[in-house]
Amino acid sequence: MAIKIPILKVGRVLVVPIQVDMDDATVLQLQDSILNELERTGARGVLIDISLLEMVDSFIGRMLSDIAAMARIMDARTVVVGMQPAVAITLVELGLELGGVDTVLNVDEGIKLLRGEFVLDDDDAASANEGFSFSGESFHRS
Amino acid sequence: MESRSIALEQETDIAVARNEVRAAAAGMGFSIVDQTRLTTVASELARNIIKYAVRGRVIIGTVQNDSRKGLRLIFEDNGPGIANTELAMRDGFTTGGGLGKGLPGSRRLVDDFKIESTPDIGTRVTVVRWLIR
Ligand SMILES: Nc1ncnc2c1ncn2[C@@H]1O[C@H](COP(=O)(O)OP(=O)(O)OP(=O)(O)O)[C@@H](O)[C@H]1O
Ligand SMILES: [Mg+2]
Repeated sequence: MAIKIPILKVGRVLVVPIQVDMDDATVLQLQDSILNELERTGARGVLIDISLLEMVDSFIGRMLSDIAAMARIMDARTVVVGMQPAVAITLVELGLELGGVDTVLNVDEGIKLLRGEFVLDDDDAASANEGFSFSGESFHRS
Repeated sequence: MESRSIALEQETDIAVARNEVRAAAAGMGFSIVDQTRLTTVASELARNIIKYAVRGRVIIGTVQNDSRKGLRLIFEDNGPGIANTELAMRDGFTTGGGLGKGLPGSRRLVDDFKIESTPDIGTRVTVVRWLIR
């Protein structure tokens, strides 16, 4: 069964809805895909929706921090949205801090936060109005 | 629930262990938070086996103690072992370029935690989370 984690582009923000329980290889591949897309599109923000993730362990936590750190080097900010309360509690007890990663409740807030980071020019407004568009880069679980 | 053993031989087995542990915890009536704690522990300890011992297994079972019922997970391998388990249990200690959170973090997520390890023989980590506390 091939499970796809799409990377969508909304204006100058990459939106990554994680919908599956990811094995380690999938996590690493997703990290690569996001960084490739950042480079290809020059996006200024990365919004990772983890509302369907039932667990964040040290491996996924580290992926999120690494993405944020690398995105920052490419002048983009990373926001993680929709963390389930049980996941948040477990993360704290595990002792993980998602360094450099902002967490917000939902996608709307995430977009608002990222939009505040940079002034939208006309191009951005136009592409944002087109709504979600597949960026072409997607990836399959092996 | 009789105990069941899951082989940990490749990276994808970590996800299998997570799913099995969550199903067992849900079946016993653990809360969502407890299910998440146990699933996260399974992920950390199963990954340690794949990463440091290459292969091993996890045994999922129930334990009964007076009026309490618990879910017990035993992670065992015949890998290189840990020379100093006290050190390995410290937050931030890692020999694998990790965060050093797997063992100490897992201890915080369960009620009972025991680590036994002998160099060149292997490692066994036993954890229990009780249903009524
Ligand atoms: N099953 C095992 N066999 C041999 N050594 C182990 C095993 N599990 C853990 N260790 C040792 O204990 C150390 C600490 O483990 P722990 O899981 O806390 O951190 P980590 O795996 O290094 O990093 P993290 O889990 O945060 O990614 C490891 O670096 C390793 O040296
Ligand atoms: Mg570990």
